[in-house]
Amino acid sequence: MIGRRALLGSLGGALVGACSRQTPATEAPGAAAVVPVGAAGDVVELPFANGTRPLVQFPGKRPLIQMTARPPQLETPFAVFAQSVDRDSLLTPNDAFFVRYSMGRLPLDLDVGAWRLGVGGHVGTAMSLSLPDLMAMPRAEIVAVNQCSGNSRGFSQPRVGGGQLAHGAMGNARWTGVPLKAVLAAAGVKAGAVDVVFEGADGPVLPTGHDFAKSLSVDHALDGEVLLAWAMNGEALPFLNGFPLRLVVPGWFGTYWVKHLERITVLDQPFGGHFMQKTYRMPDTDCGCVPPGTRPERTVPITRLRVRSFITSVADGARVPAGQMRLAGFAFDGGAGIRRVGVSVDGGASWADAKLGADMGRYGFRGWSLPVRLAAGAHVLMARAQTNAGEVQPLVATWNPSGYARNVVEQVKVVAA
Amino acid sequence: MKWAVAVLGASLATVVAAQAYSLPEEKPVVFPRGAGVELVEAHCSACHSLDFVTTQPRGKGEQFWAENVAKMIDTHGAEIPEDDARQIIAYLGRTFG
Repeated sequence: MIGRRALLGSLGGALVGACSRQTPATEAPGAAAVVPVGAAGDVVELPFANGTRPLVQFPGKRPLIQMTARPPQLETPFAVFAQSVDRDSLLTPNDAFFVRYSMGRLPLDLDVGAWRLGVGGHVGTAMSLSLPDLMAMPRAEIVAVNQCSGNSRGFSQPRVGGGQLAHGAMGNARWTGVPLKAVLAAAGVKAGAVDVVFEGADGPVLPTGHDFAKSLSVDHALDGEVLLAWAMNGEALPFLNGFPLRLVVPGWFGTYWVKHLERITVLDQPFGGHFMQKTYRMPDTDCGCVPPGTRPERTVPITRLRVRSFITSVADGARVPAGQMRLAGFAFDGGAGIRRVGVSVDGGASWADAKLGADMGRYGFRGWSLPVRLAAGAHVLMARAQTNAGEVQPLVATWNPSGYARNVVEQVKVVAA
Repeated sequence: MKWAVAVLGASLATVVAAQAYSLPEEKPVVFPRGAGVELVEAHCSACHSLDFVTTQPRGKGEQFWAENVAKMIDTHGAEIPEDDARQIIAYLGRTFG
């Protein structure tokens, strides 16, 4: 039994090791000064009907847009992304990173000393691993975007049920941990393995409710990129982002990034869990969409992020001085990497390529900027990203009944005077 | 290494704080009074805050609420007697429909 003091010592030491090696101080949002964008108790208006939300401060977080209180669902104010672009540091600060729980019972009294990750099922040796055990294994880091399946759902037309989010259920962080592949190799995946199932310490309020569990194919689980992360931007995971360990599935939607991870089970058959088979599913059509207001005949689990881009340097509805100005923002996709970002200041009639910013890896936010000239009058500004695989954002929004995976070219309307 | 030391301190603080994480006090959501409101408050707030209801889009009709109540029963295991469910759906459809 390891004492708490000893455990904390080893945790701190491991994190220092993780961070001093690879993360320069200028890229450490956790250490950067907090720039307030609102105070707890303020109310914000999201730009869709019934979009009034309070700003609420949770421990370890700055005031965030509270969609729901119990379980907590908190959005990052869009101004945080604008500040990241302005500072040329596109990592989303830990205290501003969005929060989303499916399950109502949170492991609020989780004791990291007693916490163990169980690895079992169709393996040679079942294991029970402490945090120091995991930190002693091969280490990896990756910058990757975590985006909720329902990010931007509030903009669906026609509107759909579910969490009514603006664009704040996404974030970009540097994740540190042990490759899932290394843990599975230590346990020894047996021949005939099909799926790997992940469960967290949070659970349903009622014993009759389905527990949240997600699965990846065994090939995906062994790809070397999927990570069991204990650190985010060089610090321990904030509690609400999955302390002490969460799954990081680069390029895939946040529903797979199981928080408070405590059990990994290898199956020799396909996983039939509720949150794979019944929810988090997209229409099984080429576009992943159906005509607005209709239901798909068949569905498949949601998987990879679609390419998106945002303008952050000017807000929708702003009045700006006519003449020269610099537009800036960021783009991301499901892992092909961003090839180009086109910018239009005339509602899509003409486009110019923006200059791309520093490349933090193909799973991260990619900054862009472009000097433009705005004549006096109204303008519709747009950014449209294309990936290295040729995927391009659609100009017209597609629709699905769950409001998942929005990636239409967004419009920022400004008046120059 | 100055920054690394800062990280060390922050990590320890996080770890210690996480031994018992506390949520801010939930601000009560009060629904308009009307037939069935007590059933709604009792059944729904047993598992989640009522802003789950109030933040939903309006004008979706009673069927929208019937589907949500069904989801609470099928996915989240809510045990709502049929007659209660009917009254809950009617209230939600009337009040937030």
